[in-house]
Amino acid sequence: MIISVASGKGGTGKTTVAVNLALSIKNVQFLDCDVEEPNAHLFLKPKMHSIKIATIPIPQVDESLCNYCGKCREICAYNAIAVFSDEDNKKGSVLIFPHLCHGCGGCKLFCPQNAISEVDKEIGVIEAGISRDIQFVHGKLNIGEIMSPPLIRQVKQYIYRSRNVIIDAPPGTSCPVIGSVKGSDFCILVTEPTPFGLHDLVLAVEVIEKMKIPFGVVINRSDIGDGGVDNFCRSKNIPILMRIPFDKDIAFLYSNGIPFVTEKKEYLQKFADMFEAIQALIGWRGGRMQ
Amino acid sequence: MKQIVVISGKGGTGKTVLTASFASLAENKVMVDCDVDAADLHLLLKPEIRERYEFRSGVTAKINREVCKECGECLSVCRFEAISRDFVVDPISCEGCAVCSRVCPEGAIFMEENVSGEWYISDTKYGPLVHAKLGIAEENSGKLVTQVRQAARVIAEKYNMDYVIIDGPPGIGCPVIAALTGVDLALIVTEPTLSGMHDMGRVAQVSKHFGIPTKVIINKYDLNLKNSETIKEICKQADIEVVALLPFSRQVSESIVQGIPLVEFSKNGIAEDIAVLWERIK
Repeated sequence: MIISVASGKGGTGKTTVAVNLALSIKNVQFLDCDVEEPNAHLFLKPKMHSIKIATIPIPQVDESLCNYCGKCREICAYNAIAVFSDEDNKKGSVLIFPHLCHGCGGCKLFCPQNAISEVDKEIGVIEAGISRDIQFVHGKLNIGEIMSPPLIRQVKQYIYRSRNVIIDAPPGTSCPVIGSVKGSDFCILVTEPTPFGLHDLVLAVEVIEKMKIPFGVVINRSDIGDGGVDNFCRSKNIPILMRIPFDKDIAFLYSNGIPFVTEKKEYLQKFADMFEAIQALIGWRGGRMQ
Repeated sequence: MKQIVVISGKGGTGKTVLTASFASLAENKVMVDCDVDAADLHLLLKPEIRERYEFRSGVTAKINREVCKECGECLSVCRFEAISRDFVVDPISCEGCAVCSRVCPEGAIFMEENVSGEWYISDTKYGPLVHAKLGIAEENSGKLVTQVRQAARVIAEKYNMDYVIIDGPPGIGCPVIAALTGVDLALIVTEPTLSGMHDMGRVAQVSKHFGIPTKVIINKYDLNLKNSETIKEICKQADIEVVALLPFSRQVSESIVQGIPLVEFSKNGIAEDIAVLWERIK
Protein backbone atom coordinates (compact mmCIF):
# COMPACT_ATOMS: atom_id res chain seq x y z
CA MET A 1 0.00 0.00 0.00
CA ILE A 2 1.04 3.60 -0.50
CA ILE A 3 0.87 6.13 2.33
CA SER A 4 1.82 9.72 1.61
CA VAL A 5 2.67 12.31 4.24
CA ALA A 6 1.68 15.89 3.39
CA SER A 7 0.88 19.07 5.26
CA GLY A 8 -0.15 22.35 3.64
CA LYS A 9 2.03 24.38 5.99
CA GLY A 10 5.74 23.70 5.89
CA GLY A 11 7.79 22.73 8.90
CA THR A 12 5.02 20.92 10.72
CA GLY A 13 6.84 17.59 10.82
CA LYS A 14 6.14 15.69 7.58
CA THR A 15 9.63 14.27 7.35
CA THR A 16 9.67 13.47 11.08
CA VAL A 17 6.44 11.49 10.82
CA ALA A 18 7.39 9.79 7.55
CA VAL A 19 10.85 8.74 8.74
CA ASN A 20 9.77 7.55 12.18
CA LEU A 21 6.87 5.61 10.68
CA ALA A 22 9.27 3.99 8.22
CA LEU A 23 11.47 2.85 11.10
CA SER A 24 8.56 1.44 13.09
CA ILE A 25 7.11 -0.96 10.50
CA LYS A 26 8.48 -3.64 8.19
CA ASN A 27 8.98 -4.02 4.47
CA VAL A 28 9.24 -0.32 3.70
CA GLN A 29 10.07 1.58 0.57
CA PHE A 30 10.63 5.28 1.25
CA LEU A 31 10.23 7.91 -1.46
CA ASP A 32 11.20 11.53 -0.75
CA CYS A 33 9.15 13.53 -3.26
CA ASP A 34 10.04 16.92 -1.76
CA VAL A 35 12.48 17.32 -4.63
CA GLU A 36 13.04 21.04 -4.01
CA GLU A 37 14.25 20.44 -0.47
CA PRO A 38 14.68 16.71 0.17
CA ASN A 39 15.59 16.03 3.81
CA ALA A 40 14.67 12.43 4.62
CA HIS A 41 18.15 11.20 3.66
CA LEU A 42 19.57 13.32 6.49
CA PHE A 43 17.68 11.06 8.92
CA LEU A 44 17.72 7.67 7.21
CA LYS A 45 21.30 8.09 5.92
CA PRO A 46 20.83 5.59 3.13
CA LYS A 47 23.77 4.05 1.35
CA MET A 48 23.11 5.09 -2.24
CA HIS A 49 23.70 2.46 -4.87
CA SER A 50 22.44 4.19 -7.98
CA ILE A 51 22.15 7.66 -9.36
CA LYS A 52 20.17 8.56 -12.42
CA ILE A 53 20.02 11.88 -14.23
CA ALA A 54 16.39 12.99 -14.52
CA THR A 55 15.54 14.73 -17.74
CA ILE A 56 12.63 16.15 -19.64
CA PRO A 57 12.47 16.08 -23.44
CA ILE A 58 12.84 19.51 -24.99
CA PRO A 59 12.69 20.36 -28.68
CA GLN A 60 15.69 20.81 -30.92
CA VAL A 61 15.17 22.37 -34.34
CA ASP A 62 17.11 21.28 -37.40
CA GLU A 63 17.34 24.65 -39.14
CA SER A 64 18.31 23.03 -42.45
CA LEU A 65 14.76 21.62 -42.58
CA CYS A 66 12.90 24.49 -40.88
CA ASN A 67 11.08 27.01 -43.07
CA TYR A 68 10.11 29.24 -40.13
CA CYS A 69 6.40 28.70 -40.67
CA GLY A 70 5.71 29.34 -36.98
CA LYS A 71 3.50 26.27 -36.42
CA CYS A 72 5.53 25.20 -33.37
CA ARG A 73 5.19 28.62 -31.78
CA GLU A 74 1.44 28.46 -32.36
CA ILE A 75 1.22 24.97 -30.81
CA CYS A 76 3.31 25.73 -27.75
CA ALA A 77 1.00 26.48 -24.81
CA TYR A 78 3.89 27.69 -22.65
CA ASN A 79 5.47 30.39 -24.84
CA ALA A 80 8.65 28.34 -24.93
CA ILE A 81 9.30 28.85 -28.66
CA ALA A 82 9.89 32.04 -30.63
CA VAL A 83 10.10 31.99 -34.42
CA PHE A 84 11.39 34.81 -36.60
CA SER A 85 10.54 34.31 -40.26
CA ASP A 86 12.80 35.16 -43.21
CA GLU A 87 12.87 38.86 -43.93
CA ASP A 88 14.32 40.50 -47.05
CA ASN A 89 17.91 39.34 -46.91
CA LYS A 90 17.88 38.17 -43.29
CA LYS A 91 17.51 34.46 -42.59
CA GLY A 92 14.85 33.42 -40.05
CA SER A 93 15.56 31.79 -36.73
CA VAL A 94 13.94 29.72 -33.98
CA LEU A 95 14.59 30.27 -30.30
CA ILE A 96 13.74 27.66 -27.66
CA PHE A 97 13.39 28.65 -23.98
CA PRO A 98 14.06 25.34 -22.22
CA HIS A 99 13.04 26.51 -18.72
CA LEU A 100 9.51 27.25 -19.96
CA CYS A 101 9.10 23.92 -21.80
CA HIS A 102 6.84 21.32 -20.14
CA GLY A 103 7.98 18.59 -22.52
CA CYS A 104 4.51 17.97 -24.00
CA GLY A 105 5.95 17.05 -27.41
CA GLY A 106 3.32 19.00 -29.35
CA CYS A 107 5.78 21.02 -31.44
CA LYS A 108 7.53 17.89 -32.68
CA LEU A 109 4.27 16.15 -33.43
CA PHE A 110 2.87 18.97 -35.52
CA CYS A 111 5.93 20.36 -37.31
CA PRO A 112 5.00 20.17 -41.02
CA GLN A 113 8.68 19.95 -42.00
CA ASN A 114 9.63 17.23 -39.49
CA ALA A 115 12.36 19.61 -38.43
CA ILE A 116 11.94 19.07 -34.68
CA SER A 117 13.47 16.30 -32.67
CA GLU A 118 13.73 16.00 -28.91
CA VAL A 119 16.79 16.08 -26.73
CA ASP A 120 17.04 15.42 -23.02
CA LYS A 121 17.46 18.35 -20.67
CA GLU A 122 18.66 17.59 -17.17
CA ILE A 123 16.36 18.86 -14.41
CA GLY A 124 17.73 16.95 -11.45
CA VAL A 125 18.90 13.58 -10.21
CA ILE A 126 17.26 10.54 -8.70
CA GLU A 127 19.25 8.59 -6.14
CA ALA A 128 18.31 5.16 -4.86
CA GLY A 129 19.80 3.34 -1.93
CA ILE A 130 19.21 1.31 1.15
CA SER A 131 18.97 2.17 4.83
CA ARG A 132 18.83 -0.86 7.13
CA ASP A 133 16.07 -2.80 5.33
CA ILE A 134 14.35 0.29 3.95
CA GLN A 135 14.53 0.84 0.22
CA PHE A 136 15.16 4.54 -0.29
CA VAL A 137 14.62 6.80 -3.32
CA HIS A 138 14.72 10.56 -3.59
CA GLY A 139 14.79 13.22 -6.27
CA LYS A 140 16.87 16.38 -6.14
CA LEU A 141 15.87 19.29 -8.32
CA ASN A 142 18.76 21.21 -9.88
CA ILE A 143 19.33 24.75 -8.61
CA GLY A 144 17.52 27.37 -10.69
CA GLU A 145 15.18 24.76 -12.17
CA ILE A 146 11.44 25.36 -11.84
CA MET A 147 9.83 22.14 -13.05
CA SER A 148 9.45 19.90 -10.04
CA PRO A 149 6.37 17.89 -11.19
CA PRO A 150 8.16 15.89 -13.92
CA LEU A 151 10.93 14.98 -11.48
CA ILE A 152 8.33 13.90 -8.91
CA ARG A 153 6.66 11.69 -11.55
CA GLN A 154 10.01 10.09 -12.32
CA VAL A 155 10.74 9.42 -8.64
CA LYS A 156 7.35 7.73 -8.39
CA GLN A 157 8.21 5.36 -11.20
CA TYR A 158 10.38 3.60 -8.62
CA ILE A 159 7.32 2.62 -6.56
CA TYR A 160 7.39 -1.04 -5.66
CA ARG A 161 3.81 -1.79 -4.72
CA SER A 162 4.34 -4.96 -2.75
CA ARG A 163 6.21 -2.91 -0.18
CA ASN A 164 4.73 -0.51 2.34
CA VAL A 165 5.48 2.62 0.36
CA ILE A 166 5.88 5.85 2.33
CA ILE A 167 5.96 9.09 0.37
CA ASP A 168 7.30 12.27 1.93
CA ALA A 169 5.51 15.08 0.04
CA PRO A 170 6.48 18.76 -0.33
CA PRO A 171 4.53 21.47 1.56
CA GLY A 172 1.75 23.51 0.00
CA THR A 173 -1.38 22.64 -1.95
CA SER A 174 -0.38 23.07 -5.59
CA CYS A 175 1.02 20.91 -8.38
CA PRO A 176 4.08 19.38 -6.65
CA VAL A 177 1.94 18.21 -3.72
CA ILE A 178 -0.72 16.73 -5.96
CA GLY A 179 1.85 14.96 -8.09
CA SER A 180 3.36 13.42 -4.96
CA VAL A 181 0.13 12.34 -3.29
CA LYS A 182 -1.70 11.13 -6.42
CA GLY A 183 -2.27 7.37 -6.38
CA SER A 184 -1.83 6.98 -2.61
CA ASP A 185 -4.10 4.64 -0.68
CA PHE A 186 -3.97 6.92 2.33
CA CYS A 187 -2.62 10.36 3.18
CA ILE A 188 -1.36 11.48 6.58
CA LEU A 189 -1.71 15.25 7.05
CA VAL A 190 0.69 16.60 9.63
CA THR A 191 -0.21 19.86 11.32
CA GLU A 192 0.42 21.93 14.42
CA PRO A 193 -2.37 23.31 16.62
CA THR A 194 -1.90 27.00 15.79
CA PRO A 195 -4.06 29.24 13.59
CA PHE A 196 -1.37 28.88 10.85
CA GLY A 197 -1.47 25.11 11.13
CA LEU A 198 -5.26 25.09 11.06
CA HIS A 199 -5.57 27.48 8.13
CA ASP A 200 -3.22 25.41 5.98
CA LEU A 201 -4.72 22.12 7.17
CA VAL A 202 -8.14 23.26 5.94
CA LEU A 203 -6.63 23.90 2.50
CA ALA A 204 -4.79 20.56 2.49
CA VAL A 205 -8.00 18.73 3.47
CA GLU A 206 -9.80 20.35 0.53
CA VAL A 207 -7.08 19.10 -1.82
CA ILE A 208 -7.07 15.55 -0.47
CA GLU A 209 -10.87 15.38 -0.50
CA LYS A 210 -10.87 16.57 -4.09
CA MET A 211 -8.45 13.75 -4.89
CA LYS A 212 -10.74 11.29 -3.08
CA ILE A 213 -7.94 9.86 -0.97
CA PRO A 214 -8.75 8.70 2.58
CA PHE A 215 -6.80 10.66 5.17
CA GLY A 216 -6.17 11.34 8.82
CA VAL A 217 -4.30 13.95 10.86
CA VAL A 218 -1.21 13.85 13.04
CA ILE A 219 -0.94 16.79 15.43
CA ASN A 220 2.67 17.66 16.11
CA ARG A 221 3.77 19.88 19.03
CA SER A 222 0.25 19.10 20.20
CA ASP A 223 0.52 21.07 23.45
CA ILE A 224 1.61 24.37 21.88
CA GLY A 225 -1.21 26.50 20.52
CA ASP A 226 -4.98 26.29 20.80
CA GLY A 227 -7.91 23.94 20.24
CA GLY A 228 -8.74 25.03 16.67
CA VAL A 229 -7.32 21.98 14.91
CA ASP A 230 -9.09 19.59 17.28
CA ASN A 231 -12.42 21.35 16.80
CA PHE A 232 -12.01 21.30 13.05
CA CYS A 233 -11.18 17.58 12.96
CA ARG A 234 -14.09 16.78 15.26
CA SER A 235 -16.56 18.80 13.20
CA LYS A 236 -15.43 17.10 9.98
CA ASN A 237 -15.09 13.64 11.50
CA ILE A 238 -11.43 13.46 10.57
CA PRO A 239 -9.53 10.79 12.52
CA ILE A 240 -6.65 12.11 14.63
CA LEU A 241 -4.05 9.39 14.19
CA MET A 242 -1.46 10.58 16.68
CA ARG A 243 -0.46 13.50 18.89
CA ILE A 244 3.19 14.27 19.44
CA PRO A 245 3.70 16.76 22.30
CA PHE A 246 6.43 19.39 22.07
CA ASP A 247 9.55 17.94 23.61
CA LYS A 248 12.97 19.63 23.60
CA ASP A 249 14.59 16.18 23.36
CA ILE A 250 12.67 15.43 20.16
CA ALA A 251 13.55 18.87 18.77
CA PHE A 252 17.22 18.31 19.63
CA LEU A 253 17.32 14.81 18.11
CA TYR A 254 15.65 16.21 15.00
CA SER A 255 18.20 19.01 14.77
CA ASN A 256 20.97 16.40 14.67
CA GLY A 257 19.27 14.24 12.08
CA ILE A 258 18.35 11.45 14.50
CA PRO A 259 14.88 9.89 14.07
CA PHE A 260 13.40 10.09 17.56
CA VAL A 261 12.06 6.51 17.66
CA THR A 262 15.66 5.31 17.92
CA GLU A 263 15.95 7.06 21.31
CA LYS A 264 12.36 7.13 22.49
CA LYS A 265 11.45 3.52 21.92
CA GLU A 266 7.90 3.88 23.23
CA TYR A 267 7.09 5.66 19.98
CA LEU A 268 7.97 2.57 17.90
CA GLN A 269 4.78 0.95 19.13
CA LYS A 270 2.80 4.17 18.68
CA PHE A 271 3.80 4.41 15.03
CA ALA A 272 3.19 0.70 14.45
CA ASP A 273 -0.27 1.12 16.01
CA MET A 274 -0.94 4.10 13.80
CA PHE A 275 -0.02 2.01 10.76
CA GLU A 276 -2.48 -0.67 11.85
CA ALA A 277 -5.14 1.94 12.46
CA ILE A 278 -4.62 3.26 8.94
CA GLN A 279 -4.94 -0.24 7.48
CA ALA A 280 -8.16 -0.71 9.42
CA LEU A 281 -9.49 2.67 8.27
CA ILE A 282 -9.17 1.78 4.61
CA GLY A 283 -10.03 -1.89 4.99
CA TRP A 284 -6.63 -3.11 3.89
CA ARG A 285 -5.98 -6.82 4.56
CA GLY A 286 -2.87 -8.64 3.49
CA GLY A 287 -2.12 -6.63 0.39
CA ARG A 288 -5.57 -6.06 -0.98
CA MET A 289 -8.64 -4.01 -0.27
CA GLN A 290 -11.71 -5.69 1.10
CA MET B 1 12.14 51.80 -2.95
CA LYS B 2 13.71 48.72 -1.42
CA GLN B 3 12.23 45.26 -1.99
CA ILE B 4 12.95 42.73 0.75
CA VAL B 5 11.90 39.08 0.51
CA VAL B 6 11.87 36.61 3.40
CA ILE B 7 12.54 33.04 2.27
CA SER B 8 13.81 29.85 3.90
CA GLY B 9 14.02 26.77 1.71
CA LYS B 10 12.59 24.67 4.53
CA GLY B 11 9.05 25.48 5.61
CA GLY B 12 8.06 26.45 9.13
CA THR B 13 11.25 28.25 10.12
CA GLY B 14 9.48 31.53 10.89
CA LYS B 15 9.11 33.51 7.65
CA THR B 16 5.60 34.77 8.30
CA VAL B 17 6.19 35.65 11.96
CA LEU B 18 9.18 37.76 10.92
CA THR B 19 7.44 39.38 7.97
CA ALA B 20 4.48 40.36 10.15
CA SER B 21 6.85 41.91 12.67
CA PHE B 22 8.55 43.89 9.88
CA ALA B 23 5.08 45.06 8.84
CA SER B 24 4.65 46.52 12.29
CA LEU B 25 8.17 48.00 12.50
CA ALA B 26 8.66 49.45 9.03
CA GLU B 27 7.22 52.77 8.00
CA ASN B 28 5.78 53.62 4.62
CA LYS B 29 5.66 50.19 3.00
CA VAL B 30 3.49 47.77 1.10
CA MET B 31 3.30 44.16 2.21
CA VAL B 32 3.07 41.15 -0.11
CA ASP B 33 2.25 37.53 0.70
CA CYS B 34 3.88 35.40 -1.98
CA ASP B 35 3.19 32.06 -0.31
CA VAL B 36 0.13 31.79 -2.50
CA ASP B 37 -0.67 28.15 -1.87
CA ALA B 38 -0.60 28.32 1.91
CA ALA B 39 -0.83 32.02 2.69
CA ASP B 40 -0.86 32.85 6.39
CA LEU B 41 0.26 36.48 6.67
CA HIS B 42 -3.36 37.71 6.62
CA LEU B 43 -3.98 35.81 9.87
CA LEU B 44 -1.69 38.29 11.61
CA LEU B 45 -2.27 41.47 9.60
CA LYS B 46 -6.10 41.17 9.52
CA PRO B 47 -6.69 42.76 6.12
CA GLU B 48 -9.89 44.30 4.85
CA ILE B 49 -10.17 43.44 1.20
CA ARG B 50 -10.47 46.57 -0.92
CA GLU B 51 -10.05 45.19 -4.45
CA ARG B 52 -10.54 41.61 -5.63
CA TYR B 53 -9.28 40.14 -8.93
CA GLU B 54 -9.69 36.80 -10.64
CA PHE B 55 -6.52 34.99 -11.55
CA ARG B 56 -6.92 33.17 -14.84
CA SER B 57 -4.18 30.95 -16.01
CA GLY B 58 -3.87 28.19 -18.51
CA VAL B 59 -6.43 25.80 -19.89
CA THR B 60 -7.61 22.26 -19.16
CA ALA B 61 -8.75 19.62 -21.65
CA LYS B 62 -12.31 18.34 -21.56
CA ILE B 63 -13.63 15.40 -23.58
CA ASN B 64 -17.13 15.55 -25.03
CA ARG B 65 -18.21 11.93 -24.51
CA GLU B 66 -21.10 12.29 -26.97
CA VAL B 67 -18.61 12.80 -29.78
CA CYS B 68 -15.68 10.70 -28.53
CA LYS B 69 -15.21 7.38 -30.38
CA GLU B 70 -12.61 6.11 -27.90
CA CYS B 71 -9.94 5.68 -30.58
CA GLY B 72 -7.17 6.33 -28.04
CA GLU B 73 -5.18 8.92 -30.02
CA CYS B 74 -5.33 11.33 -27.08
CA LEU B 75 -4.07 8.66 -24.68
CA SER B 76 -1.07 7.97 -26.85
CA VAL B 77 0.05 11.61 -27.07
CA CYS B 78 -0.58 12.77 -23.49
CA ARG B 79 2.66 12.92 -21.53
CA PHE B 80 1.11 13.91 -18.23
CA GLU B 81 -0.88 10.73 -17.48
CA ALA B 82 -3.91 13.00 -17.47
CA ILE B 83 -6.38 10.92 -19.51
CA SER B 84 -7.80 7.76 -17.99
CA ARG B 85 -8.45 4.53 -19.92
CA ASP B 86 -12.14 5.36 -19.93
CA PHE B 87 -11.43 8.74 -21.53
CA VAL B 88 -11.91 11.13 -18.69
CA VAL B 89 -9.43 13.98 -18.20
CA ASP B 90 -7.97 14.37 -14.74
CA PRO B 91 -7.93 18.18 -14.45
CA ILE B 92 -5.31 18.00 -11.76
CA SER B 93 -2.77 16.23 -13.95
CA CYS B 94 -3.60 18.08 -17.18
CA GLU B 95 -0.97 20.73 -17.93
CA GLY B 96 -3.01 22.37 -20.68
CA CYS B 97 -0.68 21.65 -23.60
CA ALA B 98 -3.73 21.01 -25.85
CA VAL B 99 -1.93 18.34 -27.88
CA CYS B 100 -4.83 15.89 -27.25
CA SER B 101 -7.37 18.35 -28.57
CA ARG B 102 -5.25 18.89 -31.68
CA VAL B 103 -4.84 15.19 -32.47
CA CYS B 104 -8.44 14.13 -31.76
CA PRO B 105 -9.86 13.07 -35.14
CA GLU B 106 -13.43 13.65 -33.93
CA GLY B 107 -12.87 17.13 -32.54
CA ALA B 108 -14.22 15.82 -29.24
CA ILE B 109 -11.69 17.54 -26.99
CA PHE B 110 -11.89 21.22 -26.16
CA MET B 111 -9.80 23.38 -23.87
CA GLU B 112 -11.42 25.30 -21.04
CA GLU B 113 -9.87 28.34 -19.40
CA ASN B 114 -9.03 27.89 -15.72
CA VAL B 115 -9.97 30.34 -13.05
CA SER B 116 -7.17 29.27 -10.79
CA GLY B 117 -7.36 31.71 -7.96
CA GLU B 118 -7.97 35.21 -6.73
CA TRP B 119 -5.76 38.02 -5.60
CA TYR B 120 -6.53 41.02 -3.46
CA ILE B 121 -5.40 44.48 -2.55
CA SER B 122 -6.30 45.05 1.08
CA ASP B 123 -6.02 47.64 3.79
CA THR B 124 -4.43 46.76 7.09
CA LYS B 125 -3.53 48.93 10.03
CA TYR B 126 0.05 48.56 8.81
CA GLY B 127 -0.62 49.79 5.28
CA PRO B 128 -1.60 48.04 2.06
CA LEU B 129 -1.26 44.26 1.69
CA VAL B 130 -1.33 42.44 -1.63
CA HIS B 131 -2.16 38.77 -1.22
CA ALA B 132 -3.71 35.89 -3.08
CA LYS B 133 -5.46 32.60 -2.82
CA LEU B 134 -4.53 29.95 -5.31
CA GLY B 135 -7.46 27.70 -6.12
CA ILE B 136 -7.38 24.26 -4.57
CA ALA B 137 -5.09 21.92 -6.47
CA GLU B 138 -4.21 24.53 -9.07
CA GLU B 139 -0.93 25.10 -10.82
CA ASN B 140 0.96 28.18 -11.97
CA SER B 141 1.63 29.51 -8.53
CA GLY B 142 4.74 31.20 -9.98
CA LYS B 143 2.57 33.30 -12.29
CA LEU B 144 0.31 34.30 -9.41
CA VAL B 145 3.37 35.33 -7.39
CA THR B 146 4.52 37.49 -10.30
CA GLN B 147 1.06 39.01 -10.49
CA VAL B 148 0.87 40.04 -6.80
CA ARG B 149 4.43 41.39 -6.86
CA GLN B 150 3.63 43.46 -9.91
CA ALA B 151 0.56 44.94 -8.19
CA ALA B 152 2.59 45.73 -5.06
CA ARG B 153 5.22 47.47 -7.13
CA VAL B 154 2.64 49.66 -8.81
CA ILE B 155 1.26 50.69 -5.41
CA ALA B 156 4.75 51.33 -4.03
CA GLU B 157 5.63 53.56 -6.97
CA LYS B 158 2.35 55.43 -6.95
CA TYR B 159 2.55 56.30 -3.26
CA ASN B 160 6.30 56.67 -3.16
CA MET B 161 6.73 53.89 -0.62
CA ASP B 162 10.13 53.12 0.90
CA TYR B 163 9.70 49.35 1.18
CA VAL B 164 8.06 46.37 -0.44
CA ILE B 165 8.20 43.58 2.15
CA ILE B 166 7.55 40.12 0.78
CA ASP B 167 6.65 36.93 2.64
CA GLY B 168 8.10 34.21 0.42
CA PRO B 169 7.11 30.59 -0.16
CA PRO B 170 9.16 27.58 0.98
CA GLY B 171 11.17 25.49 -1.47
CA ILE B 172 13.46 26.51 -4.31
CA GLY B 173 11.19 26.05 -7.34
CA CYS B 174 8.91 28.12 -9.51
CA PRO B 175 7.13 30.33 -6.89
CA VAL B 176 10.38 30.98 -4.98
CA ILE B 177 12.18 32.12 -8.10
CA ALA B 178 9.22 34.37 -8.95
CA ALA B 179 9.36 35.84 -5.42
CA LEU B 180 13.13 36.44 -5.61
CA THR B 181 13.48 38.00 -9.03
CA GLY B 182 14.70 41.58 -8.89
CA VAL B 183 14.55 42.11 -5.12
CA ASP B 184 17.16 44.20 -3.28
CA LEU B 185 17.60 41.84 -0.37
CA ALA B 186 16.77 38.21 0.36
CA LEU B 187 16.59 37.27 4.03
CA ILE B 188 16.93 33.54 4.55
CA VAL B 189 15.41 32.33 7.83
CA THR B 190 16.94 29.06 8.90
CA GLU B 191 17.06 26.95 12.05
CA PRO B 192 19.95 24.97 13.55
CA THR B 193 18.75 21.59 12.32
CA LEU B 194 20.34 19.45 9.63
CA SER B 195 17.23 20.00 7.50
CA GLY B 196 17.29 23.76 8.04
CA MET B 197 20.99 23.92 7.15
CA HIS B 198 20.63 21.71 4.11
CA ASP B 199 17.70 23.73 2.77
CA MET B 200 19.35 27.06 3.53
CA GLY B 201 22.32 25.94 1.46
CA ARG B 202 20.12 25.13 -1.52
CA VAL B 203 18.03 28.31 -1.42
CA ALA B 204 21.19 30.41 -0.93
CA GLN B 205 22.53 28.90 -4.13
CA VAL B 206 19.33 29.93 -5.88
CA SER B 207 19.58 33.53 -4.69
CA LYS B 208 23.25 33.57 -5.69
CA HIS B 209 22.34 32.15 -9.09
CA PHE B 210 20.06 35.16 -9.61
CA GLY B 211 22.58 37.63 -8.16
CA ILE B 212 20.45 38.70 -5.17
CA PRO B 213 22.17 40.18 -2.07
CA THR B 214 21.44 37.68 0.69
CA LYS B 215 21.58 37.64 4.50
CA VAL B 216 20.79 34.89 6.98
CA ILE B 217 18.79 34.81 10.22
CA ILE B 218 19.16 31.81 12.53
CA ASN B 219 15.87 31.26 14.31
CA LYS B 220 15.61 29.08 17.45
CA TYR B 221 19.42 29.20 17.49
CA ASP B 222 19.55 27.94 21.08
CA LEU B 223 17.87 24.62 20.24
CA ASN B 224 21.25 23.43 18.98
CA LEU B 225 24.18 25.76 19.63
CA LYS B 226 26.68 23.54 17.83
CA ASN B 227 24.64 23.56 14.63
CA SER B 228 24.21 27.34 14.95
CA GLU B 229 28.02 27.66 15.00
CA THR B 230 28.20 25.46 11.90
CA ILE B 231 25.69 27.69 10.11
CA LYS B 232 27.77 30.76 10.98
CA GLU B 233 30.85 29.03 9.60
CA ILE B 234 29.06 27.99 6.38
CA CYS B 235 27.79 31.56 5.91
CA LYS B 236 31.22 33.03 6.55
CA GLN B 237 32.72 30.82 3.86
CA ALA B 238 29.95 31.71 1.44
CA ASP B 239 30.42 35.39 2.30
CA ILE B 240 26.85 35.71 3.60
CA GLU B 241 26.25 37.87 6.66
CA VAL B 242 24.34 36.34 9.59
CA VAL B 243 22.26 39.31 10.72
CA ALA B 244 20.45 37.84 13.70
CA LEU B 245 20.29 34.94 16.12
CA LEU B 246 16.79 34.59 17.50
CA PRO B 247 16.06 32.34 20.51
CA PHE B 248 13.40 29.68 20.76
CA SER B 249 10.42 31.23 22.49
CA ARG B 250 6.93 30.10 23.33
CA GLN B 251 5.89 33.71 22.77
CA VAL B 252 5.98 32.95 19.05
CA SER B 253 3.11 30.44 19.00
CA GLU B 254 1.26 32.49 21.62
CA SER B 255 1.38 35.53 19.35
CA ILE B 256 0.09 33.42 16.44
CA VAL B 257 -2.78 32.18 18.60
CA GLN B 258 -3.55 35.82 19.50
CA GLY B 259 -3.31 36.72 15.82
CA ILE B 260 -0.96 39.68 16.20
CA PRO B 261 2.61 40.38 15.05
CA LEU B 262 5.15 39.15 17.60
CA VAL B 263 6.64 42.62 18.16
CA GLU B 264 3.22 43.85 19.29
CA PHE B 265 2.52 40.80 21.42
CA SER B 266 5.63 41.43 23.45
CA LYS B 267 8.31 44.08 23.80
CA ASN B 268 11.13 42.03 25.22
CA GLY B 269 13.11 38.87 24.50
CA ILE B 270 12.78 37.74 20.89
CA ALA B 271 10.54 40.72 20.05
CA GLU B 272 13.33 43.10 21.03
CA ASP B 273 15.81 41.08 18.96
CA ILE B 274 13.57 41.42 15.92
CA ALA B 275 13.33 45.20 16.41
CA VAL B 276 17.15 45.37 16.49
CA LEU B 277 17.30 43.16 13.40
CA TRP B 278 14.97 45.48 11.49
CA GLU B 279 17.21 48.46 12.30
CA ARG B 280 20.17 46.55 10.86
CA ILE B 281 18.62 45.64 7.55
CA LYS B 282 16.24 48.50 6.80
